[in-house]
Amino acid sequence: MNSTQSNTMSQQKTSIEKVRGSLARRYRAEKRFKLLGLAAIFVSLVALAILFITIFYNGHTAFQQTWVALNVTFEPDLFDAQNLLRADYEGLVKSSLRDSFPEVQGRRQKRKLYGLVSSGASFELQKMLVADSSLIDTTQKVWVPAADEVDMFMKGHIDRSQPESERLLKDSQIAWIDRLISEGRLEKRFNTTFFTAGDSREPELAGIRGATVGSLYVLLITLLLSFPIGVAAALYLEEFAARNRWTDFIEVNINNLAAVPSIVYGLLGLAVFLNFFGLPRSSSLVGGLVMTMMTLPTIIIAGRIALQSVPPSIREAALGVGASKMQTIFHHVLPLALPGMLTGTIIGMARALGETAPLLMIGMVAFIVDIPGGVTDPATVLPVQIYLWADSPERAFMERTSAAIMVLLAFLVLMNGTAVFLRNRFERRW
Amino acid sequence: MKVTLSAVVITDYGLPPMSSLMLLFSLLLLSSGGFYLGRRRALAVRTTKSSKELHSRPVYYGLLTSLWCGLPALIIFSIWQAMESPIIVSMTVNTLPEKIRSLPADSLGLVINDIKNLAAGNLFGGRKDPVIEAAANYYVHLQEMSSIIQDTTILVLALIAVVFALSRISPRLRARNQVEAIVRFGMILCSTIAIFTTIGIILSVLFEAIRFFQQVPLSEFLFGLQWSPQMSIRADQVGSSGAFGAVPVFTGTLMITALAMIVAVPIGLMAAIYLAEYAGKKVRAVAKPLIEILAGIPTVVYGFFAALVVAPFIRELGSRLGISVSSESALAAGLIMGVMIIPFIMSISDDVINAVPQSLRDGSYALGATRSETVKRVLLPAALPGIVGGILLAVSRAIGETMIVVMAAGLSAKLTANPLQAVTTVTVQIVTLLVGDQEFDSPKTLAAFALGLLLFLITLLLNVTALYIVRKYREQYE
Repeated sequence: MNSTQSNTMSQQKTSIEKVRGSLARRYRAEKRFKLLGLAAIFVSLVALAILFITIFYNGHTAFQQTWVALNVTFEPDLFDAQNLLRADYEGLVKSSLRDSFPEVQGRRQKRKLYGLVSSGASFELQKMLVADSSLIDTTQKVWVPAADEVDMFMKGHIDRSQPESERLLKDSQIAWIDRLISEGRLEKRFNTTFFTAGDSREPELAGIRGATVGSLYVLLITLLLSFPIGVAAALYLEEFAARNRWTDFIEVNINNLAAVPSIVYGLLGLAVFLNFFGLPRSSSLVGGLVMTMMTLPTIIIAGRIALQSVPPSIREAALGVGASKMQTIFHHVLPLALPGMLTGTIIGMARALGETAPLLMIGMVAFIVDIPGGVTDPATVLPVQIYLWADSPERAFMERTSAAIMVLLAFLVLMNGTAVFLRNRFERRW
Repeated sequence: MKVTLSAVVITDYGLPPMSSLMLLFSLLLLSSGGFYLGRRRALAVRTTKSSKELHSRPVYYGLLTSLWCGLPALIIFSIWQAMESPIIVSMTVNTLPEKIRSLPADSLGLVINDIKNLAAGNLFGGRKDPVIEAAANYYVHLQEMSSIIQDTTILVLALIAVVFALSRISPRLRARNQVEAIVRFGMILCSTIAIFTTIGIILSVLFEAIRFFQQVPLSEFLFGLQWSPQMSIRADQVGSSGAFGAVPVFTGTLMITALAMIVAVPIGLMAAIYLAEYAGKKVRAVAKPLIEILAGIPTVVYGFFAALVVAPFIRELGSRLGISVSSESALAAGLIMGVMIIPFIMSISDDVINAVPQSLRDGSYALGATRSETVKRVLLPAALPGIVGGILLAVSRAIGETMIVVMAAGLSAKLTANPLQAVTTVTVQIVTLLVGDQEFDSPKTLAAFALGLLLFLITLLLNVTALYIVRKYREQYE
């Protein structure tokens, strides 16, 4: 009896002991698991941080640009009073450089000397003279943009201690730059060109204005088309349509379209808008149409969720006082659901702003210098500009790519911030 | 010279043609005028025959009038816009001499392009063909005519419609019902656009893909091991055979997708579990939106990051360890694509885990299970269908992702299982085949549409399955 009892006791003890004995291991497993979760979050946040830091680190210098001061004498015999646009401005730049460094001899050395100044310098002189023709026969100190290599050197991206053969700037050029610096004729300024110019093959003359305007046109068309259509479709599907196979089919379609790869929309745009309807290639009109197709599902889905969140009591009350179904929805339900719909629309627009692949298909990837003046002009958009610059080998373009990314991200933050603000400010919990 | 000629043609008619935008704007003005008139007319009708009340509120009479004014005119306008260009082109072609008209279709197309360019004032070179010049002048003339006739027709039609609508207004007119019917019809039209988009996608890729498969057999496309779509220009040219075996492209896509999933699934899932089960409210409120920022970053930014930061880093690391790494390795693209997909997996898993009823957790805790045991033995099995659905959606995204691979993965279609080498993907091939010069007859361009069809079908299958699973799963706990 005693022995059997102690036997069962010992058996019970062993099972409790088993549990106790395993506790340490189980707690260790628990800790490990928790750490794994924490590590996952940490890794994602680190990835985010690295991404932002690299882009900022690479890009922040692009907001400054090196300028050189030239002493230019506008010889009167160079100019034709009738046509100030046509004069040898390039020659003027060159001769003023020669005057600054009279010791430079030989073709090669001279070419290196001319290489210090951007090819856009002559435009700067032209602009100045056309604006004020009284400058003829005077000597002016003119600030012109420096070549991108000089700019890179000033920003410390070209290392003086490297062997000369591996450097973009030769020893003699660095000596000239040093002299210019000591004379106070080389300075870094805020890079306005970056915000006011279109694309260019020369990094120091390239800007994002063309791409930004193109992006705005595309977004405008997308918004004008997709918001009314999306709201109307959401209203019909949520409020009017009977639940049957037809509406089920539409719903499956919409859900699927929201997950179709964006490049497929590019193929659609190419085949339908360009080849079938013959709309102008590379235009922001076609870009906007493709983006409309792409963002519509997002807007419809967001709109339906917003409509679902309006309580049925509102509808019943309106119907109860004699409003028609249409009046109920347009006078009462829609205004209440609108903030949610707007939030969804802004998020869709933000997606459209960052989208690149479908626009490559419809030819918005061309090298376009002019700033588009209308929706049918050839245009490019910010993300495509980033893609184009990222392909360029010059170090100065890498810096501009990062800067363009910063601008794009700023727009996105602004849009998403507005969406969050709208949601917090106007969304009602019933 | 030619530009001034077209200017002369314009002044011939005295009245400069309105642009489409101007026309639409005046139409808008007319319809707002119609609204005002209709509303006033309704009120007037009511006061004269005071015995009868209006059927609808006056606003609806105004709306009806402006719809009458705008809609038919808009329909005519869009038909005109669609038909104008082909008709003008065929009329211009008819005036060309027989010699040019009997040219084959594509060279005739070039002539028409020349005419259009000349008419638009784009002068190329010093070539002056009097026939083309005359045709261009005629083309410009027809365009002017067409746009003037269009403007007058539409504006007159709009005015007639306003007068007609005004004459119909009487207290018994059921204006509200009519307006509502039109609005309802418009809403139905809008909601069918999703279907038209799908049909448009299918037709546009299908037609070109069928033309491709007429030139290249389907079996070769699906099972061939050689992909070099650059067609040879001369028959004896070496190295550009024009082979369309898509297997290397598929394996490349699969490898990059697999790499992305290896990164994204564990990290995304663990992050979701931590946020749902362990993190306090404050941590959750900070960490979740921060990670979701990753989802809002444009893919071209990831592509830039992968190509200019990650790929060189991996190559450097490889050369330190004595491994040769291609400068456009699949690893870099896959890693960064994984980072892009983390928030996607996290959000879906988070939703799914939160949807598991609290009672299941309580039951497990009551039996003495630790949190991690509850997660592993109870929550994950219960949430598995939803998570699988989310992963399928993520796979479909990874397959269709374009910019990261265009910028960071290579172009060479090698059949390899080594993630340190460059591979190519379906989307990269579509982009490289279609960007730049296009001739719509060569198998090279058509191949892009065949790949597009395949991409669409695969992602369609994944999406439909995933959405079905997720939907079923939601219903289970609702």
